[in-house]
Amino acid sequence: MTDVHIVGAGIHPFGRHDDKSGLDQGVFAAREALDDAGLPWSDMQFGFGGSSAAGNADAVLPRLGLTGVQFINVANGCATGGSALLAGYWAIKSGEFDLGMVVGFDKHPRGAFNPDPADWGLPDWYGEIGLMLTTQFFGNKINRYMGLHGISPTTLGRVAEKAFENGVRTPHAWRREPIGLNAIMSSRMISDPLTQYMFCSPAEGGAALVLASDRKMRELGLAGPKVRGAAVRTRVNGSFEVFSPSLDIERGPSPTQIASKAAYEMAGVGPSDIDVAQLQDTESGAEIMHMAENGFCADGEQERLLEEGATRLGGKLPINTDGGCLACGEPIGASGLRQVYENVQQLRGRADGRQVADARLGYSQVYGAPGLSGVVILEA
Amino acid sequence: MAEASMADGLFEVAGGVPHLIGGRRKSDGRVVFPKPQGSEGEDYEPVRLAHEGLLWSFTVQRFRPKSPPYAGAEDEASFKPYALGYVELPGQVIVESRIETEDFTALTVGMPMRLKLVPFRKAGGDVLAYAFEPAA
Repeated sequence: MTDVHIVGAGIHPFGRHDDKSGLDQGVFAAREALDDAGLPWSDMQFGFGGSSAAGNADAVLPRLGLTGVQFINVANGCATGGSALLAGYWAIKSGEFDLGMVVGFDKHPRGAFNPDPADWGLPDWYGEIGLMLTTQFFGNKINRYMGLHGISPTTLGRVAEKAFENGVRTPHAWRREPIGLNAIMSSRMISDPLTQYMFCSPAEGGAALVLASDRKMRELGLAGPKVRGAAVRTRVNGSFEVFSPSLDIERGPSPTQIASKAAYEMAGVGPSDIDVAQLQDTESGAEIMHMAENGFCADGEQERLLEEGATRLGGKLPINTDGGCLACGEPIGASGLRQVYENVQQLRGRADGRQVADARLGYSQVYGAPGLSGVVILEA
Repeated sequence: MAEASMADGLFEVAGGVPHLIGGRRKSDGRVVFPKPQGSEGEDYEPVRLAHEGLLWSFTVQRFRPKSPPYAGAEDEASFKPYALGYVELPGQVIVESRIETEDFTALTVGMPMRLKLVPFRKAGGDVLAYAFEPAA
């Protein structure tokens, strides 16, 4: 089986863009990825695209060119963008194709979203009584984790402080002003212990990647990071997920833990080999817990690591170098691809102002509803 | 307790003590709450859940949730934050619930909790809901 490389990467800045549709932002990212690779759209043999709230991803076709290309819409919850990448990866690895694009974009309304219990197989009373908010799940999960593993609220604040510091240095970030620790800690409480600035916001944006087989990449005279490992996994019994009226007493691994393990095994590397990581940070607590779930530390070590600045730029394992979801917002269809885009910039030495020196292995993990996680490991 | 229950088959009172009704899957004994309804419910038998348990996790809802799905009668101005979380019922299951307390700062993982039935001020009329409160 062939290796798969990322030979082009494009992004439309994340944030709020009242004059542009989600589709506009997806098309922008796709064109930028093609320009980055120096290839025309007509060379693409396949496309996989995802959008959660901004229409059919397939709607990029009339804009990019109706070439008859195989194009498949991907919908997989919060891992929609990451799943599009997996589909493209398999398409090339299988030998069926050797050049194609994955694209994701989105545009969400402002504020917490209001789900319909029936869409989740839940009774109406669960929503009526006020138990059906994603923000509550995050508060519950990190509160228990903090109680069990000695994590302080200040550590949650440090995660957000770092995110905004990195956002200042990132052209595609939404939040590009620093916010101090005190302001983060004293901002409005949303769901204890998480304050307003510890949560990411629904946003808009687009991201796209051009994938090529090893042979095709050489034939075209291109270069780009190799996909060393890639996996999506879903929840098992005993995993704690959003919108759960009950949980099993016997606890099990999270989908992140099993996706992470699978990706490391594919790549033949371990957490200590990783130079730069993009981890799902829907809120500050998620980044803390995902550090452990992805094997980068033991439960509870985050308290010391954050105090030391280990995850900041210049630290021993920089995490969310572009500010993550906290500074970029979370357009679901694009978010997982943004992480990979950032790792591509880091591994190609193009992350001006936020470059991790000599980054060779980049790790990304996207996680979300209804309980799935996608991990990609790239090698420069 | 004149109000109608917020949903059928959610809880029952036995000997003056309220209990949630869970479902035990016939194939493997896994206990869930609430007991599944409809065709899925055929795979489960009802199980009376413990009246007391231990707080497993908690948070506080600080803003009025969006309607729908939230059906509370209060508006944003009259909304009061409420605690909610998960209570482990030993040997059975961990259930999610509103938590009745005025003192959010006193909540800690592992503290004893007890089930009670409480009126819920729903738009269109009160209904009877369940909640846990500190048992101490």
